Amino acid sequence: MGARDGTYLRCLVAGVFLASALAQAADSDLPMHEIAPGVFVHEGRHAPWGEAANGDVANLGFIVGERCVAVIDSGGSPGLGEALRRAVAQRTARPVCYVINTHVHPDHVLGNRAFEANGADRPQFVGHVRLTAALTARAPAYLAALEREFGVTRDAALIVYPDLQVADRLQLDLGNRTIELRAWPTAHTDNDLTVFDTATATLFAGDLVFAAHLPVVDGKLLGWLEVLSVLEGLTVDRVVPGHGAISAAWPAAVAPQRKYLESLRDQVRAAIRAGRTIGEAVASIPSPDNWLLVDEFHRRNVTASFAELEWED
Amino acid sequence: MNALTPFGPLRARATVRSFSLATAALLLGLLLLAVLPRTVVAQGANAEDPEASPVWQQLRASLFQQRPIATGDDSQIGLEAPVRAEDAAIVPISVSTRFEQTPERHVRKLWLVIDNNPSPVGAVFTFTPDSGKADIETRVRVDAYTHVRAIAELNTGELMMSTRFVKASGGCSAPPGKDQAAAMATLGKMRFRVDGDVRARQPVLAQLMISHPNNSGLVMDQLTRHFTPAHFVRRIEVSYAGKPILTAEVDFSISENPNFRFYFVPEGEGELRAEVVDTNDLRFDTAVRLQPGS
Repeated sequence: MGARDGTYLRCLVAGVFLASALAQAADSDLPMHEIAPGVFVHEGRHAPWGEAANGDVANLGFIVGERCVAVIDSGGSPGLGEALRRAVAQRTARPVCYVINTHVHPDHVLGNRAFEANGADRPQFVGHVRLTAALTARAPAYLAALEREFGVTRDAALIVYPDLQVADRLQLDLGNRTIELRAWPTAHTDNDLTVFDTATATLFAGDLVFAAHLPVVDGKLLGWLEVLSVLEGLTVDRVVPGHGAISAAWPAAVAPQRKYLESLRDQVRAAIRAGRTIGEAVASIPSPDNWLLVDEFHRRNVTASFAELEWED
Repeated sequence: MNALTPFGPLRARATVRSFSLATAALLLGLLLLAVLPRTVVAQGANAEDPEASPVWQQLRASLFQQRPIATGDDSQIGLEAPVRAEDAAIVPISVSTRFEQTPERHVRKLWLVIDNNPSPVGAVFTFTPDSGKADIETRVRVDAYTHVRAIAELNTGELMMSTRFVKASGGCSAPPGKDQAAAMATLGKMRFRVDGDVRARQPVLAQLMISHPNNSGLVMDQLTRHFTPAHFVRRIEVSYAGKPILTAEVDFSISENPNFRFYFVPEGEGELRAEVVDTNDLRFDTAVRLQPGS
């Protein structure tokens, strides 16, 4: 058997495996957990966005009030958004009145399209005051990636922008249930928004908090550490991170993240002081233990942090 | 390259609730497998043969016509770029010329080309014998899987090229900057950094940092339906003691906060000076006084 035939065989085996996994997925609904009364969460897989079926990598949630439902992050593809929309409809007859995006990243916003119904049923889309600009800048890259990774035909309408912009704080009433939205200074991104359900003291932290999945710096490392200090001081019963398991142990749950970000800061500062180039810093700063997706994101974090910290006085 | 990419269309339908559709997916999957090896070969050829790039063929014809370009000799000119763009907004690129710059034989011009960017010619650097080494390090935006090339033209008329293939990263990584408001707030701030001993008649390594958003002008504002105006650093001139050592004609392929590391040879005491002009005709300058030891 030639090398090429061997490749064929491996592809065939992989293909059959994939196809049977697909058949299973096709018959199952999006798994959701009711983590507190009226608060539902779907846990994404730990994988890069482009490499997971349907871009299903971020935690998605919804909160049910007496009048209507707020969805928090819509998923990494229109298909996943549709699965989430059906998951909501299976659990309540109340309409979705808000779709809130915690920040610009594709795994959190590209399901928005599925919630755009016609007429009076269209929910309001809600985001940080800087979400529109950030989404605008990334739209071409996202549309190209949707096509490349998921075969979704390019269509500008797939990117749904916020109707309601949060500059500081905003309260939304879901019918005898108030949720509090808070816009943060640049941290994980320049458009991070958290959602707090007052009825159950549940905080949806978006990607300001990572568990298991290595934190990703796409905003400002020093800003993120400052925001973390504020988050650590909040009194909450549970925190839903953007990636990883829901935790009641707060702020203990975020200690590994603080440790990683501080160590990243210290090592990058040392490299800059030593006169290293950005490439040398990327090559020399060791990978952290005890996190997933380190190969995908650690070097990127060093790169972004270096470009930020070299401007320190 | 993600080997599973051809299955993308199928995965996107994974939530469809129908056994018959799943069966169809299985069949379609097997069908795709039949064409997969050819697809992989085609992509491999694109990655491995820099001459085959259509953008390059056009550029080559317009910039260098039929002149011969020496390739594949990294002992003359070296190009370092990451295999994968970890952060598409900040991809470090370094070019090093591995022969001495003398008045008789030196690199006069250096083109940095990123084939698949909206504007492929990212920078054109001009050196002099006073540059000491025709080395440059900077950071670029990478829009897509692309060849990156450095083409050097010597004063003798020789042309030489080094090429690397860079894979774009996943979707979280996009060319725009990280904090657009902050980038505008510090526009025009500049900083020189000169490390180590500065010795007369020895190449000295210097770094120039320019705070600038370097907006491409390719992004449409969803509210106004207008394009955000292009606003990027266009030209950089660096001199020492009044003598030019480096000029750069650059565009928005250069990352936000343009950053350059380069060499120069100081004869004696003097001022290392940079003058920068952007597309709005804003001018910025900075200078540092140096007293080389002997």
